[in-house]
Amino acid sequence: MLAKRIIPCLDIKDGRTVKGVNFEQLRDAGDPVELGCRYVTEGADELVFLDITATVEKRKTLAELARKIARHLNIPFTIGGGIRSVTDAGILLDAGADKISVNSAAVRDPALISRLADQFGSQFVVVAVDAKKVNGEWLVHLNGGRVATEHRLLDWVKESENRGAGEILFTSMNNDGTKAGFACDALAAVADQVSIPVIASGGAGSMEHFRDVFTHGKADAGLAASIFHFKEIEIRDLKKYLADQRIPVRL
Amino acid sequence: MKIVIIDYNAGNVRSVLFALERIGVVAELSSDPDKIKSADKVIFPGVGEAKNTMAYLRKTGLAETIRGLKQPTLGICLGMQLLCEYSEEGNTDCLNIIPLKVKKFIASATDQKIPHVGWNKIMFEKSTPLFKKNQPGDYAYFVHSYYVEKGDYTTATCDYILPFSAALQKDNFYATQFHPEKSGDVGELILKEFINL
Repeated sequence: MLAKRIIPCLDIKDGRTVKGVNFEQLRDAGDPVELGCRYVTEGADELVFLDITATVEKRKTLAELARKIARHLNIPFTIGGGIRSVTDAGILLDAGADKISVNSAAVRDPALISRLADQFGSQFVVVAVDAKKVNGEWLVHLNGGRVATEHRLLDWVKESENRGAGEILFTSMNNDGTKAGFACDALAAVADQVSIPVIASGGAGSMEHFRDVFTHGKADAGLAASIFHFKEIEIRDLKKYLADQRIPVRL
Repeated sequence: MKIVIIDYNAGNVRSVLFALERIGVVAELSSDPDKIKSADKVIFPGVGEAKNTMAYLRKTGLAETIRGLKQPTLGICLGMQLLCEYSEEGNTDCLNIIPLKVKKFIASATDQKIPHVGWNKIMFEKSTPLFKKNQPGDYAYFVHSYYVEKGDYTTATCDYILPFSAALQKDNFYATQFHPEKSGDVGELILKEFINL
């Protein structure tokens, strides 16, 4: 049986792992490659690295980071942050990235998803979607949740799938950083809407939250950052707990 | 020992190079038929689409090179599928080294996602040197929308939607549908056994 995946996410700024609450108030959480290796040893199934640095040198530093990660890690990883073109993505593939994630650039130019999928295959393209519930409606947001768009969540994930996305990484901005649990209802709606895997993100605070996201939330993978970085939950303990709950995990 | 990874512009070949590096093996990426033919072992990796890739392999002569290999050769993912006879992906005639067919997954329930992405268990059908150090039920990392049917040359299976070939062997040709280079310690054991053949 296909295992549910546990994915630590590392936000990178100027070469360091950082973590904020609701995309703000950043705390330092160490060297990304070292932290990544620790997660591999602890049983992480995959890793996501998102570069939130905003500099002109970014494209080069992101490729260097991808190469360093690919050299050291023996599990798959996704890298993202400011990828705007097939050229940007190609550099990361050459550096050894297994998947790339696109977010704002895909919203601004949806055809980018099609171009990436045509060039590199759907398995390489993760569409990251940040959404917030506004007046009862889930709307896609940009720039780390600060800018609202007119895209409805369910329409946008369907369009992403139709254009060739291989996976959806859905972050609920309402839940992110709260440690109060994932947005399970919205996640289940997303999972029902598409036939590609859905990675749940935003709100993990306890082991029960992961159980809920794999059952009620119908997610294929659960992603979290600070609870892993600051060792509030150990991945190994989490997977043992999930196995006891009869959720298939790789032990 | 000379290990050559066939570099044919398809997908993430560098991760195979890095994986070998981690187990202390130096390999070379090459698309040169002479270098490939003279290697002690050849790895034929692949992430991509069957039809275009086969067209490229035929155009460059690599198809004939691969068909003629006598040394241990390991096909990975698309590499495994292309060793087969035929693929439903783009209705493609493949290298026809292993007489099996490649078919598209068809979901029979809404919770069956395609592609098959993630860690799944491999079970052994036949003894093969590649899995000497592995345990039945070991988890390996898969990413694919097409699968090789079960058949005489199936050495390991995986069950997703239906049981399919997770690994094959015919003579000097070995193949895995999963990515040993991305399958953690389980994958490293398999790569080491391939190098030790």
